[in-house]
Amino acid sequence: MYRYDQFDHKLVAERVNQFRGQVARRMSGEMTEDEFKPLRLMNGVYLQLHAYMLRVAVPYGTLSSVQMHKLADIATKYDKGYGHFTTRQNLQYNWPALEDLPAILEELAEVEMHAIQTSGNCIRNVTSDQYAGAAADEIDDPRIWSEIIRQWSTFHPEFTFLPRKFKFAVTGCSNDRAAIRVHDIGIELVRGKDGDVAFDIYVGGGQGRTPMIGKLIGEAISREDLLAYLESTLRVYNMSGRRDHLYKSRIKILVHDIGAEEMKRRVEEEFVLVKKQGVLELPQEEVDRIRAYFEAPDFEALDDECAELTAVMASHKRFGAWVNTNTAVHKQAGYAIANISLKPIGGVAGDASDEQMHIVADLAEKYAFSEIRVTHEQNLVLAHVKKADLFALWETLEANGMGTPNLGLITDQIVCPGLDYCALANARSIPISQEITERFADLDRQHNIGELKLKISGCINACGHHHVGHIGILGVDKKGTEYYQVTLGGSADEFTAVGKIVGRAFTEHEIVDAIETIVEVYLGLRESPDERFLDAYRRVGIAPFKEKLYADT
Amino acid sequence: MAQHSNKLAKIQAVTANRLLDGHVVYFTAAGEWSDWVDDVVLADGKEDADALLAKAQPSVETRHIVDPYLFEVDQEDGKMVPKSVREKIRMAGPTIRLDLGKQAVARS
Repeated sequence: MYRYDQFDHKLVAERVNQFRGQVARRMSGEMTEDEFKPLRLMNGVYLQLHAYMLRVAVPYGTLSSVQMHKLADIATKYDKGYGHFTTRQNLQYNWPALEDLPAILEELAEVEMHAIQTSGNCIRNVTSDQYAGAAADEIDDPRIWSEIIRQWSTFHPEFTFLPRKFKFAVTGCSNDRAAIRVHDIGIELVRGKDGDVAFDIYVGGGQGRTPMIGKLIGEAISREDLLAYLESTLRVYNMSGRRDHLYKSRIKILVHDIGAEEMKRRVEEEFVLVKKQGVLELPQEEVDRIRAYFEAPDFEALDDECAELTAVMASHKRFGAWVNTNTAVHKQAGYAIANISLKPIGGVAGDASDEQMHIVADLAEKYAFSEIRVTHEQNLVLAHVKKADLFALWETLEANGMGTPNLGLITDQIVCPGLDYCALANARSIPISQEITERFADLDRQHNIGELKLKISGCINACGHHHVGHIGILGVDKKGTEYYQVTLGGSADEFTAVGKIVGRAFTEHEIVDAIETIVEVYLGLRESPDERFLDAYRRVGIAPFKEKLYADT
Repeated sequence: MAQHSNKLAKIQAVTANRLLDGHVVYFTAAGEWSDWVDDVVLADGKEDADALLAKAQPSVETRHIVDPYLFEVDQEDGKMVPKSVREKIRMAGPTIRLDLGKQAVARS
């Protein structure tokens, strides 16, 4: 993992001290709310429905056990004993008091954490593939490049007041687990002409009220040119992005308005100038320095076949199901990637108690080289677990509400906090999610349905990624009453698609039945159990679903 | 300023968040801020509501209050009940965690 150097320590410590002074001035009345609000937002502090919310950055979703223990301790000491893992791979506390925030940030700094780049119109925390460094299919570890982008972007003076927030995602392979095409800039690691690592740059993706799929602007950009190319793209956006209209200020609108070709031309024109200055050429030595932080752990030489695992899987149905759904192939023989579901039936997607956080940290120490990943789908990952340890790992997870074998199934949903917490939301998301998970609680039924990504947002800002759900649910407000609009056919992988609205919205009492109807239509028309929901939808279109849903209207 | 009330709203009251902890508070007849919605002072019609909000405004500086705004309210069996789902949730706490928020605290 990356460790702070003296500059990082100094920078974060200075930021904590500045914020302590700002909070003191606000509390004494020396500073007004209008003056204070942009400062608190720059430190990840929002004011939500019931209390303040602090968003803690987890760069590219990677945490150490020590850091996870600290997050748990803060939840106990300053909050209500839990935290919420988000689609930006961050963690949110829902109840901190203003006066405690400087102390919380100081405690975070002790374990090399902070809340910088979690709010404001700057380059936000970079997200990445949760399987980084473990996936058999990756070209290179995307965390190396995410960390380089983080260092380049943190407090970048030119990009601190962009027209709007700006989100990067990086994937290390063509199999996209980081949803790069719905980010302002999405980066895919590819092989360049010389066989070295190079970068495909997708620009102008995003969700919110105007969902757009990123366009491939830069192809196979070389290592030395990566930062210069990104700087050039940001400059074009900073100069030409709209600042007169909140809803039209993201880079996706600029790319849409001028077209991908024109965007590419402008970026390349700027790129020539940036390159001429030469200061942004990324040297191999610097890449090597960062790479050293992400060296593979000391794996044991093992056979890939693990007879012990096979035997337990055969005798223990639920564990067998967990291995089949929640583990992924590791590049190292004898190891597996273990996904920890934060989606128990009837639970709150992405929430973890302080106790659960401690347990995950302990398990990571015991079985996974003390490293944990947060996924954009609001689960956790232990990236390097010996196959022979999987059963012991799962038993502890299962005993503590984190062993649900539902990864990628209908109960593994992305769900925003919605109107239960969020000041921007129009409708509740979490209770709808809970009802759906309870309706589909039967594990055999879930496995029969197969891969189905259901995503729920409580407003059009789309924090719950509903646009790219195979089934998406959007909460809307109609004269003070919650309604739920359904979209079908979205996807956030390498074949990214924006879902289509199926028809009129459903009430709170109708929506779960509507979801069940959609699932039943799919089961009735699929050509075989291997035809996933999304494949079947792409084959037949929206009509059969629409027909059944609105048959009585 | 936040606008969370229907333009045609008749009976309204003023709510805000407390600076120190962000908790929801309500403006009372005594010109104080209470944790409890039943303590609100009501305004009948737009003119009264605007006057009530103006009366609450100085608290932003003197009482450590953040972003006061009007919300629509009904009276049911002598209890104050906000009309919108949003304000009902602010009044009580998260509907999925009944152990949190004002709903988890007995009024002394």
